[in-house]
Amino acid sequence: MPAPEAGPLALERPGPLPLPSRWTVAALGVVAVLAVPVVAVLSSLLHPSREIWIHLWRTQLLELLANTLLLLLGVGAGTLVVGAGLAWLVVHHRFPGRGLFEWALILPLAVPSYVIGFAFLGLFDFAGPVQTGLRSWLGPGFRLPEVRSYGGVTAMMVLVFYPYVYLLARSAFREQGGATLETARSLGRSRGRAFLEVTLPMARPALAAGVALAMMEALADFGTVATFGYRTLTEAIYRVWYGMFERDAATQLAAVLLLFALALLAFERASRGRARFIQGSRRGLDLTPTALEGWKAWAAPGACAAVLGAAFLLPVGQLAIWAVASFREGSAASATLPGVARNTVLLAGTASLLACLIAVVLAYAGRLDRSPAVRLSAQFASMGYALPGAVIAVGILVPMAWLDHALTPSLERMLGHPIGLLLTGSAAGLVFAYLVRFLAVGYQTVDASLARISPSLDDAARSLGAGPTGALRRVHLPMMRGGLLTALILVFVETMKEMPATLLLRPFGLDTLSVAVWAATSEGQWQEAAVPALAIVAAGLAPVALALRLSSRSTRF
Amino acid sequence: MNAMRAGRYVVAALLSLALAGQAQAAEVVIYSARSTQYGPETAFEAFTKKTGIQIKTFGGNSSELFERLRAEGDKTPADVLITVDAGNLWNAARAGLLSKVDSPELLANVPANLRDPEGRWFGLTMRARTIMYSTKRVKAEELSTYEALGDPKWKGRLCLRTSTYIYNQSFLATMINRLGEPKTEQIVHGWVANGPILINGDTKILEAIAAGQCDVGLANTYYLARLLAKDPSFPVAAFWANQQTTGTHINISGAGVTAHAKNRASAVKLLEFLSSPEAQQMFADGNFEYPVNPHASPSPVLARWGKFKADDVNVAAAGEFQAAATRLADRAGYK
Repeated sequence: MPAPEAGPLALERPGPLPLPSRWTVAALGVVAVLAVPVVAVLSSLLHPSREIWIHLWRTQLLELLANTLLLLLGVGAGTLVVGAGLAWLVVHHRFPGRGLFEWALILPLAVPSYVIGFAFLGLFDFAGPVQTGLRSWLGPGFRLPEVRSYGGVTAMMVLVFYPYVYLLARSAFREQGGATLETARSLGRSRGRAFLEVTLPMARPALAAGVALAMMEALADFGTVATFGYRTLTEAIYRVWYGMFERDAATQLAAVLLLFALALLAFERASRGRARFIQGSRRGLDLTPTALEGWKAWAAPGACAAVLGAAFLLPVGQLAIWAVASFREGSAASATLPGVARNTVLLAGTASLLACLIAVVLAYAGRLDRSPAVRLSAQFASMGYALPGAVIAVGILVPMAWLDHALTPSLERMLGHPIGLLLTGSAAGLVFAYLVRFLAVGYQTVDASLARISPSLDDAARSLGAGPTGALRRVHLPMMRGGLLTALILVFVETMKEMPATLLLRPFGLDTLSVAVWAATSEGQWQEAAVPALAIVAAGLAPVALALRLSSRSTRF
Repeated sequence: MNAMRAGRYVVAALLSLALAGQAQAAEVVIYSARSTQYGPETAFEAFTKKTGIQIKTFGGNSSELFERLRAEGDKTPADVLITVDAGNLWNAARAGLLSKVDSPELLANVPANLRDPEGRWFGLTMRARTIMYSTKRVKAEELSTYEALGDPKWKGRLCLRTSTYIYNQSFLATMINRLGEPKTEQIVHGWVANGPILINGDTKILEAIAAGQCDVGLANTYYLARLLAKDPSFPVAAFWANQQTTGTHINISGAGVTAHAKNRASAVKLLEFLSSPEAQQMFADGNFEYPVNPHASPSPVLARWGKFKADDVNVAAAGEFQAAATRLADRAGYK
């Protein structure tokens, strides 16, 4: 029910209880460590590379800013329409294939954006099979609209990033249950009006969180914009870094990206508004999906199938064709695959568990603490998500190596023999990078899920004698199960796909699936990349399937 | 206390990881930006067989390996840095990451214009970036120089890779070195005026030429060789540009010994071996690149294209003028 904001929390702290402040301290401590790379990037603005900025201003800066903004708007609007629209369809309607689409529509998450971009380009390019076929049929003068364009890039990103909105919207719609919708209907609203006026606004925190994630991904993405030749700030970062050997100026450009991200987060907070929407405790038990009839019974599965086909079946099919071809040619890449896949899953598993743990600490500390300090600092630390992986990786590498060099002399004196670097190039360092990069995913999801729990439950738990920790364990965590699971999956899949930070920070001799993809694609050998890329998709499907089993079980009670 | 025990485990784990990273005797650690897709590096295996020295490689992007090497400083496990593009080697040398190697063998094996004048890096393979044309719609007589691609007759018929691409940057950098900025900018303006179709990927450019999206383009030689090795009837051919003038632009992949190499002697030995005719032949056969050592011969596919006059400017120019090249492309509107 839409409940008016109950103030920060409506619970009084009984006496000098030290626990809440302990939560705050823990949260702020974690944030302080995780924020180091973001601070490192922002601090580059203190010493601006004036000459480079003048050059950029004269030649392209406005175009870059405009392009970046347009891309963000396009991706935001696109993922909102596609993600929320599909979630509305599958939650509130019955149509042929609904059970299948409900979970299958999450699958595109497992497809790295660099894969889908390349598959599409391969198919729809002038030299690709589609246009070649059309030319032989309609004459050599036939042209499709240029795929290397704003429209092309935006479409790609919407296809890859809509699942964020879909996942969060789906669980939000479900938790709302059917009663609110029915109430609106009984007050004379049509289904469509009720959706727009009641369901959507009530799901606003979840939708905003999903859209913000999609837009931050779009900001950080380099692979797709580079493949499609669309110039954004991110693309310019690499041009300045790789092309002019000016890493400092590149970092300053990245700091400008962070300003975009800040604006995004402000927007996300603002759109949550002062209102909070609190789930009933019955979790969608009263949902009565409407059976679609006539043309609608076919249009709904048609829409789902079109999105699924474009975002998943098509790129995966292309990968499968390449994989078969590379097997035929006797590629050696698959020999090391099991070990590499195991590394990947171990790393991604560790990172996703830790990210969720930290997200719970941060979100819960933010709920307990009256001041906005925890919330704001958590948002700040999670901005690493909007930075291109390579930039954040250097932001981690430099302070980490500094710490290493500061520590090793005394350690070496203690041990009596020389040692290498402890953090730089260690698995721990890499996991730290994943946390910095993907904390936002965990935090946004967990926080949105926590926000839907009524503060009156906190009061009830406390009045029954539970401390904050007990309340979290026995009240909040069980209610947040869906949100936690979503967060786990999202971070797991993201980590598995992550390429630039993995390349830069991984321990010697530890290769992951994305490194294997890189090794093949850096020289355009996509056929060779198909097997590890398919392995990423397959390993990403396992958690999705697991999540679905668990989430269907949890809706039963 | 559980926490303390866990803490001890973490410290122990970190230490064991650090110790495992320590270089042992008789091995060379390579940071390599050469993709494994250049073919299995059979030359490495041959080196191990011959000397008993093990080779460990760590792959990554040039600019990022550079950052890692720099951050690791004197603690780096890397003995050798291998990258593609002379500009990257030049940049690593400038940052003090590579050390001077005095080896008569390397000096004899690698031509002077394909190595650092100060001896900090050496070219190991060579590739040309030249004009590729459709054998169906273009006659070789219509082609002459890179400059002439700005001729209005190529309007709408030209495919170029984006200027961001490192080989294009190095290409423009050497051109600046030869002709100066104003002249180079004029040439790039000429290309831009022809409304080039910008394509990200040399293979994609060649396919676009074959499919008829454009008629001419620029690409590295080994991309065409790979396609021709798979399909000898692929309707694109290489034209050796600027034979009457400066010669065709070439670039290298190469290597240097790091400033803090722990296994310096073995590293130098490896470089010497890689430049020997024996290893050069393996490179040449592996990825359709040109050997730098004149005593090795290019693969049969390349040999069929005949000998060509290569630009003899020192490839270090690619690094020296790379930043200028990037700016020039920005100014000329070459995206």
